[in-house]
Amino acid sequence: MWWSSLFEGMSPANFFNFSFLPKYASFFIQGVEYTLLLSVVSVALAVIPALALALMRLSKSRFIHGLSGAYIAVFRSTPLMVQLYIIYYGIFGAIKIPSAVILGFIDISRFIPGVVALALNSSAYVAEIFRAGILAVDIGQTEASRSLGLSAWQSMRLVVLPQAIKNILPALANELVTMVKESSICSVLGMSELIWGAKTVASTTYKTLAPYVLAAVIYFAINFPAGKAIEAVERRMRRGDKV
Amino acid sequence: MATKSELIRVENVVKEYNDGAVKALNGCSLTISQGEVVAIIGPSGSGKSTLLRCLNLLETPTSGHVIFDGVDITDKRVDIDLHRRKMGMVFQHFHLFPHMTVLKNITLAPVKLKLKTPAEAEKRARELLERIGLADKADEYPNMLSGGQKQRIAIVRALAMEPEVMLFDEPTSALDPEMVGEVLDLMRALAADGMTMAVVTHEMGFAREVASRVIFMDGGAILEENTPAELFDRPQNPRTQAFLSKVL
Repeated sequence: MWWSSLFEGMSPANFFNFSFLPKYASFFIQGVEYTLLLSVVSVALAVIPALALALMRLSKSRFIHGLSGAYIAVFRSTPLMVQLYIIYYGIFGAIKIPSAVILGFIDISRFIPGVVALALNSSAYVAEIFRAGILAVDIGQTEASRSLGLSAWQSMRLVVLPQAIKNILPALANELVTMVKESSICSVLGMSELIWGAKTVASTTYKTLAPYVLAAVIYFAINFPAGKAIEAVERRMRRGDKV
Repeated sequence: MATKSELIRVENVVKEYNDGAVKALNGCSLTISQGEVVAIIGPSGSGKSTLLRCLNLLETPTSGHVIFDGVDITDKRVDIDLHRRKMGMVFQHFHLFPHMTVLKNITLAPVKLKLKTPAEAEKRARELLERIGLADKADEYPNMLSGGQKQRIAIVRALAMEPEVMLFDEPTSALDPEMVGEVLDLMRALAADGMTMAVVTHEMGFAREVASRVIFMDGGAILEENTPAELFDRPQNPRTQAFLSKVL
């Protein structure tokens, strides 16, 4: 075939040559742990500021509304990598975090800036998830609750948010899936998550391809089932959704 | 009704949307006295619901005043939440809280506003449910109920706050015809108990029978206001005549 020459020197064995594994498996295992910890902590930390941003966004005050809008716009319109560098060298250039290792492989002087950057970024996206979830609740619910004399915050907390949570949770889980992938950016600051592990193994063993293929397989093995599970939960929730 | 003291006074209320592009209310004035049942009728889009929603400030008037119990509630310094407690409102689409049981729907506001202990509120809720024959629904969720049941429970939810006035915004318009009667019966009973009521409605029979006064609105203005007998049998305004000739 004429096209076979294009693939000369390329063998499937290069893709799947995992002979480094017995010696370097710990890079991948700890990498996955680091990645998951980073993602879960970041999204969890993003929830509270995101709720505040969403409520600000729904405020009648143009100033408060605009403030939240500006934050969301900045974090959604610039690359995460730039945000990471600015927060790492800017904010955490001024605030020094002592170098200490927790859980045996997590250096908090890198982990904390990473988590802060991811959480600040994620809160902009999660804010929009909250806002959409809140707006999807019939305005009549707020009116009924306000007409009984409940305050705006009581109405939000007791009536609207418990109903909005059904719209919010699946989207929040999807944000976590996104974060598992996005957190790979933290490898540029030497945080020992999955991609950093793959990179280290690649440069140590001169096997430049297979470690990344393995990383891809691992990301897929986490995110694909997670995404399917979220879809299934969403379908079930919709079924019970007759008011 | 020995004393006919004034409960709500609406003074020249204007409501505009989109910076004046849409005028929903063109300067409406109205007084509702204690024990009165005021029916507000008129074609769709005439501003009836907007006027009703201005009474408890679900809509904020663009200008004009609403005086409730002697307090100008359109004044920005007034805590509207305190006054809304005393004005029950019933909506066309019920707006029961779907994530709470019937009992919780009814006790939520009295308990959270610390007007009653949970035990008192529950006792009162069960009494009210008993009165409307739905005591067995206390622990059901709203999605298990018929439209008529939902609306009667929405009325009870408002009554649980012991309001001084009840505002009804087309309470039977979203109901299947066979369920209209049970809701109107409950409203009739409330009126007979002396509850002050303002009712936006398309039920002309109900307005004629139960209302002490009927208000006809069109184009965002109150065009005619009279006893039901006078307004239905001898309408003065040509627009009232035209409207009644179509609906009666």
